[in-house]
Amino acid sequence: MLHIYCPHCREHREEEEFHVKGQAHIARPLDPDSCTDKEWGEYLFFRKNPRGLHHEIWYHTTGCRKFFNVTRDTVSYEIKEVYKIGEQPQVVAKG
Amino acid sequence: MQRYSGFGLFKHSLSYHENWQRAWRNPTPKKKYDVIIVGGGGHGLATAYYLAKEHGITNVAVIEKGYLGGGNTARNTTIVRSNYLWDEAAHLYEHAMKLWEGLSQDLNYNVMFSQRGVLNLGHTLQDMRDIQRRVNANRLNGIDGEVLDTKGVQEIVPHMDCSANRRYPVLGASWQPRAGVARHDAVAWGFARGADSYGVDLIQQCEVTGMVIEDGAIVGVETNRHGKIMADRVGCVTAGNSGVMAKMAGFELPLESHPLQALVSEPIKPILDTVVMSNHVHGYVSQSDKGDLVIGAGIDGYTGYGQRGSYPTIEHTLQAIVELFPIFSRVRMNRQWGGIVDTCPDACPIISDTPVENLFFNCGWGTGGFKATPGSGNVFAATLAKGEAHPLAKPFSMFRFHNGALIDEHGAAGVAH
Repeated sequence: MLHIYCPHCREHREEEEFHVKGQAHIARPLDPDSCTDKEWGEYLFFRKNPRGLHHEIWYHTTGCRKFFNVTRDTVSYEIKEVYKIGEQPQVVAKG
Repeated sequence: MQRYSGFGLFKHSLSYHENWQRAWRNPTPKKKYDVIIVGGGGHGLATAYYLAKEHGITNVAVIEKGYLGGGNTARNTTIVRSNYLWDEAAHLYEHAMKLWEGLSQDLNYNVMFSQRGVLNLGHTLQDMRDIQRRVNANRLNGIDGEVLDTKGVQEIVPHMDCSANRRYPVLGASWQPRAGVARHDAVAWGFARGADSYGVDLIQQCEVTGMVIEDGAIVGVETNRHGKIMADRVGCVTAGNSGVMAKMAGFELPLESHPLQALVSEPIKPILDTVVMSNHVHGYVSQSDKGDLVIGAGIDGYTGYGQRGSYPTIEHTLQAIVELFPIFSRVRMNRQWGGIVDTCPDACPIISDTPVENLFFNCGWGTGGFKATPGSGNVFAATLAKGEAHPLAKPFSMFRFHNGALIDEHGAAGVAH
């Protein structure tokens, strides 16, 4: 069971209150019509799947119902940091 | 290869079963092979077996970082079925089903394939409409299937609570009689033994740490124990780690690796002689020959490589099972584990060439790879032998995520996610 700190509620809550929403920091192409099929396909379907540090969006489904970002290790599952939408991660993978 | 038979069993009993030949060799790798297969799970070993048997390519190595069949082959819930909705998927899984039906004879190894039937339950009117659509699609594709009503389901599984006053009443089910279960480890071992008998080198405890690429074409792999091993073609069959392998080769795959958990109960007397799956309450259960209930459900939501998941997922799984079978509510669970499944956005596999010449990937089987093991190996072997996709594999190119020709099996085929 993950124990997740919600930056909006400012409390640790149990994993069951949250839903993970996948990779964070995905920018929608500014002009979709000018994208090639490859660029659009990669925007829609290609996600980072790192073995190690991963930045992802979580949703406090049964709490404040707000989104936030989490940096998590995908091998140990340890949560390294929690930060709000619009902010940049402090803990990043080397290299 | 020493053939297994009743007579052989008798003969070896006279020497106290101490003189059985080892099932496969433990060779030191050569410097160069025609084909290297990365990943010694069921799919990889099946690929090696069919490469040797059907295409005469025996200068092959299977490189495995752990031991044979120790990943998802050892961790699945052993269900085999082919009742998929869309033509592309149905043809691929039915191809596998036909191979399953003769597999024990073909391999001279008992994979304990038991065609005890699979029920996919419907709990709402929409479930039942979807089931009718899928069963009709299956029949048009030559796959057996029937739509059952509540009474029909109750006759097959008398211990399931099919009463109308449940929160999720069982309104009916699709029933595929040819579906069933197989002994997961035996599948890996049978293919390993078969491949070895044709001269395929099975290299265990050897991790691939890099790809050797020259002028946009692969020429070999780097390993941690045996240095560089060269090859004309390389096939990657590495399930949850496929994204990591692709990164080594310098491209990305549209995969996300999730933990998928399963659990078994203590062994109990025979009570369930078929496989029961329900998408709506989200769980599936069968009983192994040993007597334990084999239970699974959906993936954990987060991505991970830890080969374990979270307890809330197990709790939801068991809630579903107890909803269907209140009689199981006091059965104690014995073991629980997780495997890492590589899921595709459209819940269909990738059997494909790649941006790197002579490098092929067979991955993305997500939560449903075991049932496809022989078929997957068979079409991937053909793909590796000819250097172009087998007709059944063609729709499963990784480039479908660029051109939009997805095969949307999510939920459509009773795929439990």
